[in-house]
Amino acid sequence: MISTVLSRLGLAIVLGFGLSAWAAVAADGGRVPKPVVKIERPGQCVAPPEVIRRTHMDLLVHQRDRTVHLGERGAKISLNGCIACHASKTTGSVLGSNENFCQSCHAYVAVKLDCFECHQPKTGLIKSAVTAGAKP
Amino acid sequence: MSEPQKSGSGRRDFLGATAAATAAGLGFTVLAPGMQLIKFAEANTNTVNTASAATTHTASAKVRWGMLIDTTRCATGCTDCVTACATENAIQPGSGRPGQSSQWIRKIELKEQATGREISLPMMCQHCADAPCVDVCPTGASFKRADGIVLVDRHSCIGCRYCMMACPYKARSFVHEELTQQNPEVPRGKGCVESCTLCVHRVDKGQEPACVEACSKGDHTAMLFGDLNDPASEIAKRIATTATSQVRADLRLDPGVRFQGI
Repeated sequence: MISTVLSRLGLAIVLGFGLSAWAAVAADGGRVPKPVVKIERPGQCVAPPEVIRRTHMDLLVHQRDRTVHLGERGAKISLNGCIACHASKTTGSVLGSNENFCQSCHAYVAVKLDCFECHQPKTGLIKSAVTAGAKP
Repeated sequence: MSEPQKSGSGRRDFLGATAAATAAGLGFTVLAPGMQLIKFAEANTNTVNTASAATTHTASAKVRWGMLIDTTRCATGCTDCVTACATENAIQPGSGRPGQSSQWIRKIELKEQATGREISLPMMCQHCADAPCVDVCPTGASFKRADGIVLVDRHSCIGCRYCMMACPYKARSFVHEELTQQNPEVPRGKGCVESCTLCVHRVDKGQEPACVEACSKGDHTAMLFGDLNDPASEIAKRIATTATSQVRADLRLDPGVRFQGI
């Protein structure tokens, strides 16, 4: 009898917690915090945001081969170009925390971001010539 | 029976409507969050790429970049070229294992035993026309550009180090440790093989490699960079008039780096 009461109490507690958690979630609109898409140096991107969101990885992967193998420099699509506009003004980087542009979305969608194992994520070191072709 | 037909026509109407919206100038088509009409998306990708290709310069097969090193002018003990290379390409010594540090260029001091004559020279990737590192690479990461510069495409390098074994000049290094201070124009990272790129990022902008510039600044002018294929270039004139040689010419790899006075 006691065990039945306890188990019912337990169920009630579990339900209570579950409901209150659900209510909290519903209040802010989602179970995961939305990524912070803060564009530090707004201007015209190389393509509309809808296209960039879906295809930035394809654009970059095609251009990287053209740059490495054919020596195309100053192309419209360039990782350094992305970094030049999107690096955080405080840290100068697109990585470092979930407030920073690249990491923010990649953390949200749980996609590994390995560009920056070789590429420099900070703007400070970029020489002007590199970013010359970044904007149309 | 009428239900499925209804939903079918509804879908067609929806697709038609989105296609019309695309024609109206959206440029791409989102069917639903996470779904895009691939045909339109690809067409758009191509447009962006073509626009970029039209505005940039590419490596030309008419050019063969090379270097002439005058060992009679190369000063013993001077490491200006090595320092300049390290600065330009952000090469730093590894933590605690000097033997594993990357060496894109190194200074070598030689002594001829019979005569006692001593010479000093910088040694780096010789940018061979028939590069053994390119032959052995299992992924095609090690490649020769149209203008003769031998490079590693780090995007496809798996770090097997076969090219390091194949290179008779010991020109390549493997990156053993994570790096953070890269030059944005020279991406480098752990797990890849690397070597002298002839400062390809500078060459593409019309500049000389950092080592050559440093050698000229240091008033040694032992290094000369230029196009071997252009008869009017200084390097072509020099190799046409003075005795120069390639290191290990017996291997018939046709290196792009030539030496004078060895």
